[in-house]
Amino acid sequence: MFDKYLIDAASLRNTGPADAPTGFAFEAKLGYYRGLGLSMIEKLDVAIDGEPVARDAVRFDEGAGPLTLDEMELAYDRRWPFGTPATILVDHPGGFPAGEHELSLLQQLRVSYLPFPSINTDSKTVAVPA
Amino acid sequence: MSKIQRGVSLYSFQEEMFLGRMNVEDVVAFAASIGAPGIEILPEQNMPTFPDITDAQVRQWQDMLARHDAHFTCYDMFLDTKLRKGEVLSDEEQVNSIRRDLALCNRLGIRNMRVLIFVRPDILEKCVPYAEQLDIHMGVEVHAPWHLEHAWILRTIEVADRLGTKHLGILPDMGVFMKHYPPEFRARFERQGARPEVTQFIVDQHEQKIMCEYTIYEVAVKMGGNKAEIAMAETLRHAPYANPKRIKDYAPYFRHIQAKFYGMTEDCTDPTIAYDEVIPELVKCGWEGTLSSEYEGNRWIQDVEEVNSREQVRRQHVMFENLIAKAEAALETA
Repeated sequence: MFDKYLIDAASLRNTGPADAPTGFAFEAKLGYYRGLGLSMIEKLDVAIDGEPVARDAVRFDEGAGPLTLDEMELAYDRRWPFGTPATILVDHPGGFPAGEHELSLLQQLRVSYLPFPSINTDSKTVAVPA
Repeated sequence: MSKIQRGVSLYSFQEEMFLGRMNVEDVVAFAASIGAPGIEILPEQNMPTFPDITDAQVRQWQDMLARHDAHFTCYDMFLDTKLRKGEVLSDEEQVNSIRRDLALCNRLGIRNMRVLIFVRPDILEKCVPYAEQLDIHMGVEVHAPWHLEHAWILRTIEVADRLGTKHLGILPDMGVFMKHYPPEFRARFERQGARPEVTQFIVDQHEQKIMCEYTIYEVAVKMGGNKAEIAMAETLRHAPYANPKRIKDYAPYFRHIQAKFYGMTEDCTDPTIAYDEVIPELVKCGWEGTLSSEYEGNRWIQDVEEVNSREQVRRQHVMFENLIAKAEAALETA
């Protein structure tokens, strides 16, 4: 319902030392018309130019401190509120590749009233500002 | 003054609120400005700190509503039965979650709670004493593809009858009265590659109320439908047209209506939902409650145009005013 708005393209930045980045980060919103407890977010799949990033290289932080995706599934007391950006952190030696690349995000949510998982996807061509 | 009140669900403005272009007060101010001051809230959407809401926050909401001469009509609850991976909440946990919502609903001064349709009737039965104590009506949302007379819905009504309670019933979503196929759906599927001759076939089949599985098979197998065409045919599984004449039989069980719509024409008519048949039935049976706008067209048009939920909701209320006045006049002359 909000797929094309999930990734905030302007928020992309490298993380770690400026001369030797260890990864990158960007802001994203939850593709759902309400907030959701973090334990019900089963996947946050990140890909660069269609190449998937390993699940254990991705962390999530809605403001209360970064969690691995496995930790997130046990975070029963934290929520990703509606329409609110959270930070997706990705371990990626060297940072985001130079120049423009396609960044993709897939969110798989366990929505209790749906018989199947809710899957939301967004892809944007982005670059880390020089 | 009509017994039918008008209001809006904050759900209607999900596009603008998601994008940070409107906040809840903007919505409340707008709703009041079009004579629809009854506000339906989704705390899990509109209260970022949910479920921890302080008394100060409750006061802020009440003060904000008062500033605009608006009031709450309904609280939309959710139930995360799948909170933990691979297991379902125990019955006791489900009851406790609903009690948590009833308590917050009461603190907000709201007397109607929308219950998700998948909540089991026997779980709701266990919540009835608390709902009675707080004087809150728990209305199970009658949402497509279910409809007023679906056996699942009748189970809740059986429980309400057996208990003789006025605090458990239903809450119809007007999507169950989809008389015509939504033009917004069709246009979106055509943009995704559905051929006009196939979309016309699907619309014609829906218009004739042919059971959806025939159409899906025709499109998927016989016509060799592409992905968009099959997806469009499959929407027919969620496109019931229930009989508006039966509204009077169920009116004692509901006090609030989610007035679903996908798009209004410029001349303020709904090309899809049969409000012109529904509203006279509500007026005839003397139903008292709120028609609460639930605009859900954003997701069908956001790929090609700027969503303008204000204008859509405004048009729906022009239609409501006209249809209510017309139905009341007809009743007086009858």
